[in-house]
Amino acid sequence: MVKPGDGYKEIPEGGLILESGNAKRYETGGWRTQRPVIDLDTCINCFRCWAFCPDSSIETEDEEIVGVDYDHCKGCGVCAHECPVDAIAMEQE
Amino acid sequence: MSEQVALTGNEVMSQAMRQINPDVVAAYPITPQTAIVQTFSQFVNDGDVDTEFVPTESEHSAMSATVGASASGARAMTATAANGLALMWEVLYIASGTRLPIVMPVVNRALSGPINIHCDHSDAMGARDSGWIQLYAENAQEAYDNAIQAVKISENKDVMLPTMVNMDGFIISHAVENLNLLADEDVQDFVGEYHAENPLLDSENPVTVGPLDLQDFYFEHKMQQAVAAENVKDVVLEVAEEYEELSGREYGLFEEYKLDDAEVAVVALGSTTGTAKTAVDNLRENGVKAGLSKIRLYRPFPAEEIAEALADLEAVAVMDRAETFSTTGGPVFADVRAALYDMGADVEAVNYIYGLGGRDLKVEEIESVYKDLEEIVETNTVEDRVQHLGVRE
Ligand code: SF4
Ligand code: SF4
Repeated sequence: MVKPGDGYKEIPEGGLILESGNAKRYETGGWRTQRPVIDLDTCINCFRCWAFCPDSSIETEDEEIVGVDYDHCKGCGVCAHECPVDAIAMEQE
Repeated sequence: MSEQVALTGNEVMSQAMRQINPDVVAAYPITPQTAIVQTFSQFVNDGDVDTEFVPTESEHSAMSATVGASASGARAMTATAANGLALMWEVLYIASGTRLPIVMPVVNRALSGPINIHCDHSDAMGARDSGWIQLYAENAQEAYDNAIQAVKISENKDVMLPTMVNMDGFIISHAVENLNLLADEDVQDFVGEYHAENPLLDSENPVTVGPLDLQDFYFEHKMQQAVAAENVKDVVLEVAEEYEELSGREYGLFEEYKLDDAEVAVVALGSTTGTAKTAVDNLRENGVKAGLSKIRLYRPFPAEEIAEALADLEAVAVMDRAETFSTTGGPVFADVRAALYDMGADVEAVNYIYGLGGRDLKVEEIESVYKDLEEIVETNTVEDRVQHLGVRE
């Protein structure tokens, strides 16, 4: 498995990725300038944010929204834009 | 059994492709390469090859389809020239950067404009930094031999880089030459079967080809490419040795023609080297110690070896069939001169840009270059470092 900081002698050639389903190991949270914060009391569990999030970063448990996976959320704000009850606020990082 | 045949450069190149029998050929016709693709598509039609032939709508698509086929694990080839090569540009870098061992004959032709369909090296020379290996040929026999060897060079595990097999447009591609074709089964044995290490179509071991590669790993991948380029020279020599056993024809990184005891020499590549050999013979008859260095492997550039071969000369003229408009000379000149500088060689080096757009270069003109060199040696002065040979004022 390729790890951050690996040298050119250790990684597969030509930019190939040899393991499938590896996107979750590539943490894109560092790209964020604003973070979505969900007010779970206002949330009506419509799951729009969950459906629209391009990074599958809305976390759920027992069919309820519970929070955001900040290791992968890029802070695009789509969830906040789509929320019908304004339960998501974008806060400066 | 090998056989003696009379064929044009394009015909013999399509014969090489038939004998290699690639899994996929994706191509678009362009003068002066057209006959390669046309003849090869006839082989496909007649069932002489097992190749999947993809007629594309442009060279950008031809190279893209070739890249896709190669990534999927196929032995893939295409062929092009001039503006076709230019249209492939961005995909050339994807082929080399993805480490795909594609072999592509390039029938060298002037890059427009003004529009011109005849030979010079402005097409391939522009692509000299694209990460492709570049082989050049004096004649059709060499172009054929280079194409077959290129498969083995490109697919070598220590290399895994694509190769352009260059041959001069019209001068080689359209002239009929008496040459030797290897037996089909000998070529098949020589190139063997291609087994890609991580083919895209291996559903048991899924891989991703061409993902985003940013600040954190792109540089490492380019470093791998640089290391692979370093490995090319040795592999070219190994493959040449093996090929000589099969064909009886000897190849190296470059050919030294009467260079051993030469005082003045020309460095060139492509069909002009044939003319230069005649010039050397003529001058030798008149007591001039003339020699020639004919470059076969131009990318990666065998700098040390070439400098070593030139180090004992008094003066050398580098011939370039391409302008860079840098005002400091042609591409081959820049490489040769830098190599001589690194070696600390005390050799005066000058540059002649010639033959642009198919302008013929005659034996006497090359002889005049040697005369210039003799004068440089005599007077110890270089009046014009970079000259244009054969152009009208
Ligand atoms: S900000 Fe964008 S990436 Fe982050 S959770 Fe919302 S929709 Fe997903
Ligand atoms: S869109 Fe808003 S209301 Fe709907 S689940 Fe997400 S946070 Fe809750």
